[in-house]
Amino acid sequence: MDLQAIWFFLWVLLWAVYFMTDGFDLGMGVLLPFIARNEREKRVIYNAAGPLWDGNEVWLITAGGVTFAAFPVLYAVMFSSLYSALMLVLFGLIVRGVSFEFRGKVESPGWKRIWDGCMFLGSLLPAVLLGVAFANIFRGIPIDGEGVYQGTLFTLLNPYGLLGGILFLLLVSVHGALWLAIKAEGDLHERAIRLAKGLWAILLAVAVLFLAASAISTDIYRNYMARPLLFVFILITVLALLGVRMFLARGALWRAWFSSAVTIAGACFYGFIGLFPRMLPSSLNSEFSLTAYNASSSPLTLKIMLGLALVFVPIVILYQAWAYNLFKGKVTEETLSYEDAY
Amino acid sequence: MDVLLLSRLQFAAATAFHFLFVPLTLGLSVLIAVMETRYVQTGEEIHLKMTRFWGKVFLINFAMGVVTGITLEFQFGTNWSRYSEFMGDIFGSLLAIEALGFFFLESILIGVWIFGWNKISKRTHALVMWLIAFASTGSAVWILTANAWMQHPVGYVIRNGRAELESFADVALNKFAILMFFHTVAAAYVLSAFFVMGVSAYHLLKNRHVAFFMKSFRMALVLGLIFSFFLVVEGHLHGSDLAKTQPTKLAAMESHWETTRRAPIYLFSFPDEQNERNMVQIGPIPGLLSLLAFHSTEAEVKGLKDFPPDERPPVFIVSASFKLMVALGFYFALATLVGFILRNRLPEKRWYLRIMLYSIPLPYIAAELGWTLAEVGRQPWIVYGLMKTADAVSPIAVSQVALSLTAFLLVYGVLGAVAYYLIIQHVGKGPA
Repeated sequence: MDLQAIWFFLWVLLWAVYFMTDGFDLGMGVLLPFIARNEREKRVIYNAAGPLWDGNEVWLITAGGVTFAAFPVLYAVMFSSLYSALMLVLFGLIVRGVSFEFRGKVESPGWKRIWDGCMFLGSLLPAVLLGVAFANIFRGIPIDGEGVYQGTLFTLLNPYGLLGGILFLLLVSVHGALWLAIKAEGDLHERAIRLAKGLWAILLAVAVLFLAASAISTDIYRNYMARPLLFVFILITVLALLGVRMFLARGALWRAWFSSAVTIAGACFYGFIGLFPRMLPSSLNSEFSLTAYNASSSPLTLKIMLGLALVFVPIVILYQAWAYNLFKGKVTEETLSYEDAY
Repeated sequence: MDVLLLSRLQFAAATAFHFLFVPLTLGLSVLIAVMETRYVQTGEEIHLKMTRFWGKVFLINFAMGVVTGITLEFQFGTNWSRYSEFMGDIFGSLLAIEALGFFFLESILIGVWIFGWNKISKRTHALVMWLIAFASTGSAVWILTANAWMQHPVGYVIRNGRAELESFADVALNKFAILMFFHTVAAAYVLSAFFVMGVSAYHLLKNRHVAFFMKSFRMALVLGLIFSFFLVVEGHLHGSDLAKTQPTKLAAMESHWETTRRAPIYLFSFPDEQNERNMVQIGPIPGLLSLLAFHSTEAEVKGLKDFPPDERPPVFIVSASFKLMVALGFYFALATLVGFILRNRLPEKRWYLRIMLYSIPLPYIAAELGWTLAEVGRQPWIVYGLMKTADAVSPIAVSQVALSLTAFLLVYGVLGAVAYYLIIQHVGKGPA
């Protein structure tokens, strides 16, 4: 593998880790209005994400920064093409981030309702729109030879794109329900498990539909056909998805959650393995497509960044794992009584 | 209104707003780390109380800093795609290093600090705040290195129609970046010191929690005194470096039109950009500009007329921001010096406490003026001497940018009001 190819897959991995980690707190944010029955249950949800959401979100910043560093042309064309969608994602993340901090600071039901609304919308928008964006990348977007986008926000809202949005929404919702089941006690715990099971069934149906739709709307199966061994990745993803339900049935919640994380990672890799080496196909003319080779940084930058990534990513994973381990327990009365708890 | 102007306004609004929160994060984290360390060392309850009280301000402020920082990284791609394509090879890596090496550390540890009181030892908990302070300072290093590269590009070669990295060491050790870093961090410490002193003064004026706020005040006073004097000296070095690196910015700062030896500084001047002269200029100090810029009263300082009009920054904004910032800088040194003299008699010196209470906004204003000077003073370049701002903007629809700019102003306006409302409410109540 050459430098560009290594970076291509490292780049996919960063996005995958973002959805695997932040996915569960986005998911809980989306489920918040549907599953919490009272103020205490809402606080359990906020504090189940509490110590970890901020670190999770940095994977997105890192994925963004690495796109800029390793594939500046892709960064420029993709982010300016997806302008409105990306702005909506950013505003979602902004109002969501402050909701954690602001919500508990004033004792008033109206105040709390406002921030609950922000939490819901701020979780829904990134989950759906990033899904829509990824599906459109798999499918190709109308960029011309100058890297100028010849469409609008609504160009992205085609059936396949929307299906991608629904798929991502369901992936993070299941992920979030599982996390809540792990963190909550009593009735909320039971309901989270039931919800995870219900959502899983819908997810399975949508995932099958997406796999089929990809054959019609995209050409990502070409790489798979050329190297049939690659189908193993799809197989692993499907097995992981089935594993979620199997572990749920056995009450092995952590395993179900990890299976769900693998499913999410698989969904990210699935499309990009099919695209490789393309990173942003043009639907106007395949010659306008951005690839790992025509969009990348200079070899020197790629080398330096690879060295840094190989040092820092493992270190980050190490101390993030330490933080996860520190807060693996249930959200208890004691957690909720902390002065600075959410 | 075109995409260029709207994008510039949007970036200006987003960065100016972001920087309302960043300096307090940088300085308060250090103060809180000291407080918590004292608590670990002495076991005295008052230090724990201080850690908690100032910690709550820190957390609200930190959250705002984080959420407003995210948008900045993405705006280079959304609004400045031509810039990103041209400079990404160098500029992008600096942002990526910031995220990977430092932003991760602070963001993960902030959760540990909030929720870890009973899960880790007291010693580790204090260490976590030190690491948060270290990481936010490290973030500043790389973000400022990135900005310094736009101010004074080094270590690159133009190849394949873009700027490509030639020497990472040159980029990372850019002298401009080092000067900028010390300037920004010192300013952040001064701002945080004035914040803590101002809030403490408010309570001392009301004779509430006197021991608590005396301790807080004096701790902040030490930080403020050291760094406001440091800032005066460092600011001079930073400014005189501009004579070599950004002569147009320096000339605009002093509204200096003609290239001369023994260049003066005027106590007051008002530029007339149309006619390339000053409308008013009063109180010349001969040779002072030459002296400050080149350490010799005889040195020649280039005037604005030596540069083509389309390569000059807007003179009035630049010179006004500069002069006001410098005046405030001297005020901070004076105010903290007076505070040092009065340090044992603070509760009686009500006039001084009142002055310090009303001084809270001043370092914020100075910091924003500093950025105005840095960024507007660089115009019309986005990368000094290399790429013009007008050539850097994305090929996007004007309606999109108009809409997002409106949304920024609305959302930031509301969130800023809420954040300061919560902060003021909390500090006004005093420690529990």
